[in-house]
Amino acid sequence: MGMMERVAVTSDQPLLRVEGLTKRYGSRIGCADVGFDLYPGEVLGIVGESGSGKSTLLSCLAGHLRPDEGAITYDRRDVLAMAETERRRLSRTEWAYVHQNPRDGLRMGVSAGGNVGERLMAVGARHYGGIREQAQDWLGRVEIAADRIDDRPAQFSGGMQQRLQIARNLVTGPRLVFMDEPTGGLDVSVQARLLDLLRGLVRDLGLSVIIVTHDLAVVRLLAHRLMVMKGGRVVEQGLTDQVLDDPQHAYTQILVSSVLQV
Amino acid sequence: MSDYNFAYLDEQTKRMIRRAILKGVAVPGYQVPFASREMPMPYGWGTGGVQVTAACLTPEDRLKVIDQGADDTTNAVSIRKFFQRTAGVAVTERTTEATVIQTRHRIPEQPLTEGQILVYQVPIPEPLRFLEPRETETRKMHELEEYGLMHVKLYEDIARHGQIATSYAYPVMVEGRYVMDPSPIPKFDNPKLSDNPAIQLFGAGREQRIYAVPPYTQVVSLDFEDHPFVASKADHDCDLCGAADSYLDEVITDDRGGRMFVCSDTDYCASRRAEGHVGRLGTDERAA
Amino acid sequence: MILIEDLSKSFTLHNQGAAVIPVMEGASLSVAPGECVGLTGQSGAGKSTLMRMVWGNYLAAGGRIMVGGIDVATASPREIIALRRDRLGYVSQFLRVVPRVPTLEVVAEPLLALGTPPETAKARAAELLRQLNIPERLWGLSPTTFSGGEQQRVNIARGFAHPYPALLLDEPTASLDATNREVVLRLIEEAKARGAAILGIFHDEAARARVCDRLVDVTGFTPKVAA
Repeated sequence: MGMMERVAVTSDQPLLRVEGLTKRYGSRIGCADVGFDLYPGEVLGIVGESGSGKSTLLSCLAGHLRPDEGAITYDRRDVLAMAETERRRLSRTEWAYVHQNPRDGLRMGVSAGGNVGERLMAVGARHYGGIREQAQDWLGRVEIAADRIDDRPAQFSGGMQQRLQIARNLVTGPRLVFMDEPTGGLDVSVQARLLDLLRGLVRDLGLSVIIVTHDLAVVRLLAHRLMVMKGGRVVEQGLTDQVLDDPQHAYTQILVSSVLQV
Repeated sequence: MSDYNFAYLDEQTKRMIRRAILKGVAVPGYQVPFASREMPMPYGWGTGGVQVTAACLTPEDRLKVIDQGADDTTNAVSIRKFFQRTAGVAVTERTTEATVIQTRHRIPEQPLTEGQILVYQVPIPEPLRFLEPRETETRKMHELEEYGLMHVKLYEDIARHGQIATSYAYPVMVEGRYVMDPSPIPKFDNPKLSDNPAIQLFGAGREQRIYAVPPYTQVVSLDFEDHPFVASKADHDCDLCGAADSYLDEVITDDRGGRMFVCSDTDYCASRRAEGHVGRLGTDERAA
Repeated sequence: MILIEDLSKSFTLHNQGAAVIPVMEGASLSVAPGECVGLTGQSGAGKSTLMRMVWGNYLAAGGRIMVGGIDVATASPREIIALRRDRLGYVSQFLRVVPRVPTLEVVAEPLLALGTPPETAKARAAELLRQLNIPERLWGLSPTTFSGGEQQRVNIARGFAHPYPALLLDEPTASLDATNREVVLRLIEEAKARGAAILGIFHDEAARARVCDRLVDVTGFTPKVAA
């Protein structure tokens, strides 16, 4: 599918533009007045503690929640004005969503091959041999042995399940990937392996990624840019290492100083 | 006649069901919700089909009821008797003579004709249920024609069994729009669904759904390019009538592995034998 | 290639009563292509702070930092990411990598990020690792398990993998033996010869004398204790 070509880094059109995004739960603020541009090949990290609004923001961006105010433009298209058909088509072709818990992103009753093949079949692939070949290729890329293709995810370890979820999401060559704590709940060594995999895929496929996490070590290694959220608002954003090493906002300074060396 | 209203259901209920049927006919393959009634038989015994039949019957109709192709099984007999008693309609076992045929798990071998109505009993109307348990989500998938999941089911079949092992309730695409569960008919019958001159109505009592395939509608069985759909049957001829083209039941005849294959459609088999066709174990009816 | 004008920096410590600590004022210097400028001054005088500001790691409070056609002091993150990708290299004292990634890939990564074919990138990485005497049996291992000197050499190999027109070097010869020190100094000389503008911190006086064309004492940039 020609996914290996590298996207020009200097593309001057943002892939995603977010302006004044606000979501309220009654009188409570989910997220307020969030805005940023995401360019092809960029990884944006969103950090903040529980309740900071980072998950609400991700849900609004991915179309799982409808924001109350603001605009989202994807590839010059107004996402909030899109018909649901079009938006759902986007979310199974050009977009992908990696859940924190692989069980939320996988079909546990379906084999690994079927999990990876689903998106292909959803966009019209009708050649069993071809689907299987692509599934096999992707299992290889996420370092799952070829002979596990017919096993169900329930028989996999947590790290393998997460890698399977990534393969399932990337098989159709998406351009924009949403990740919600993708390394949460994994052992440190398994995390490292996953981070390495993600970095390689981002680089080789020219993916744009929005990754929500509370783990500053993860964003340091993965994200080009960082957005810090508190109480539903963005308190600081900038280059990842700059925000972590020279935080300007009081909250970011606390956040950075309260973790062990990152 | 009895003290029942014609065909058991009251007129308002029949109107409600007819509306659902008309909507189903207007949108082929779409599952129309309806307020399924309690019937004097347990769920799973064809309450959906019975309600559809009741809403279709007129005093002039001639009813045939089959269960797995047979007119003489308990289920078929009791439903037939139910309508004889509550509607007083004529009944028949001959496919060609029937105006309304209620069926469980088969389509008659004898090609249907214009004006006939075939009513299917349906246990689970939602073909996507196997992989997606949420009703809200399956409705959305139908609405947006997101049918990749159906092929995942077939993919799993091939991955596990080397071929599409689904042999009944084999999913179909109706008129290029809705994926539909054809009820648990053998996939051998699937080709008969398409371009059929009769009206085909599907009733699911417990699940409260009615759907339809109007006459001459295109119905395609889902498959893969390299694993095409095959309407398979047991590789035998009928041991009674010798038919090579009808769906067969395997019957165990003794405890030493003896078995025979016979047409599951009893009317079809009997008609052939009456015409003088004889199978491996059959006797010539005319001679008898 | 590198032009710094009237640069200032202060830290605001919000958790200590929003104390504002000015650390630099009126810093100005320039580095021409093919030139190596060494920063001097006592420990804590602001050498590393200045380097980090050029790298975009610390925000400037005022002034200009022109590198590769952009002003790092005001550039967007995206511009700095692009700058770091193809025009500005940095050999820091610390190796920060994803655990588990093999050394060869760590060194090849800057080239891969530029879209260099993997074979070419790995060949260049291998060449540098060989020059820096990292035994080939270690190339497939993660450098996180290496000794300090080995990590330092991996860091240098990575920093020199792509011929950046501007280069920041923070103590590149510290903790190296004589042989490897010589290799690094030669790499610096080669970079200068091809026209790279280099800004560096060298505690090693002999090394400084050999590669630096000029020295700038950052003590002059220390804010006056007027407050």
